[in-house]
Amino acid sequence: MIPFALHTAASPEEALGRLADEPGAALLAGGTTLVDLMKLEVLRPSAVIDISRIGLDAIERTPRGWRIGALARNRDVAAHPRIAADLPLLSQAILQGASGALRTMATVGGNLLQRTRCGYFRDRTAACNKRSPGAGCAALDGVNRGHAVLGVSDACIATHPGDLAVALAALDARVTLRSRDGERTVAFTDFNLVPGNTPERETVMMPSEMVTAVEVPDLGYARRSLYRKVRDRASYQFALVSCAVALDVEEGVVRAARIALGGVGTKPWRAREAERSLVGRFADAHAFGDAAARALAGARPRPDNAFKVAMAERVLARCLLDLREMAL
Amino acid sequence: MPPAVAATGEHRLRVNGTERTTSITPSATLLDTLRERLGLFGTKKGCDHGQCGACTVLVDGRRTLSCLVLAATQQDREITTIEGLARPDGSPHPLQEAFAARDAFQCGYCTPGQIMSAAGLANEGWPPDDDGIREAMSGNLCRCGAYNTIVAAIRDVRDGTGA
Repeated sequence: MIPFALHTAASPEEALGRLADEPGAALLAGGTTLVDLMKLEVLRPSAVIDISRIGLDAIERTPRGWRIGALARNRDVAAHPRIAADLPLLSQAILQGASGALRTMATVGGNLLQRTRCGYFRDRTAACNKRSPGAGCAALDGVNRGHAVLGVSDACIATHPGDLAVALAALDARVTLRSRDGERTVAFTDFNLVPGNTPERETVMMPSEMVTAVEVPDLGYARRSLYRKVRDRASYQFALVSCAVALDVEEGVVRAARIALGGVGTKPWRAREAERSLVGRFADAHAFGDAAARALAGARPRPDNAFKVAMAERVLARCLLDLREMAL
Repeated sequence: MPPAVAATGEHRLRVNGTERTTSITPSATLLDTLRERLGLFGTKKGCDHGQCGACTVLVDGRRTLSCLVLAATQQDREITTIEGLARPDGSPHPLQEAFAARDAFQCGYCTPGQIMSAAGLANEGWPPDDDGIREAMSGNLCRCGAYNTIVAAIRDVRDGTGA
């Protein structure tokens, strides 16, 4: 690791003050991304601020949903009995991510800020516009089987690696950001940025801000929802394709749907056009196939990852069919 | 404001019920500190990137990859390594007995991490079936491929049925 100063914050205010005073500082929560990437010297903060003792870890019921503190551990959110019952796709998404130990260490706020596992981003000797703006992208014509097909640019095709994030995109979650100067809340679907010409900018966060909470509103039909992840191994592997889906059906007709995709996008990918296409249609394989085709209509695959387009369409259509059949 | 951690300083770590004082640089991981400063070699370094599970320890009862933890951030926490898992009378922990009885290893390098991960899993709640055990233990790799007997050893402890 490149040498750095280590500070321990006792409160959010202290952490934010330190962050404002030290451009180039990084916040340390669970450490599962930061320490790993500091060892690789992909991340080289001048200072690290330990925020593991500042609180902000409550999982609370609000009048219209759940408020999850940024320092809540992923495992504790997934294991929360009422969240597992009320928002099953949220628990399922967390439990299909990483390993037991990593889920126990990782925090919700940190998990939303985890970095891509693009091998060229992690390899300091490779060209990567995300790590070194202007350096080029080795993935475009490299080994790109795991890379994104949606939201890509000529500068970057790195896949957003999240699972929890895909569920939050489907659930219309909101992220609370705080700096020394105040607090603001952004829709989670607006939180991550597509790479465009600035792949080094991954979120709308300012350097002086930290995530303090995630709010997840209730969804009346969330019990007819699921998170499904297709990957090379049954466990402890990033998604080739994942789907967070919820379906509201009455007398065989779709009233509303939520669809978000993982493993295929440069950010957690909400498929609103596919959702709209289902409303008012009979909940059948034809409608679901149409919706899946719409969800992937903008795909720009590379040779190695072209299989993801058909795979995502099929996994999504199958999820919708399974939701239709789900006994409540 | 509390003081920042100095570039290098004396830190108190509570390991296996004993307070230990050692000098720690900001970049020192808990794994390297356990092994190189405190002489506790039971915790193994595999990948050093949180991918293999060989370095698993318990921090406040939760399974933790010690290679991804900065030691200087762990003051006042209860750290348990494989050396501290035995019962107070010195007899092996049930997981240690079960791994031996089931021959749940070949080379043994991943074994401390496997056992500590299983000990943390016990605190989370045992999975009801073998698939659940495999999922919960998937972060602990065994390159000898002793997975079947590892699952059997954990099942024995869960069910209280020593082999």
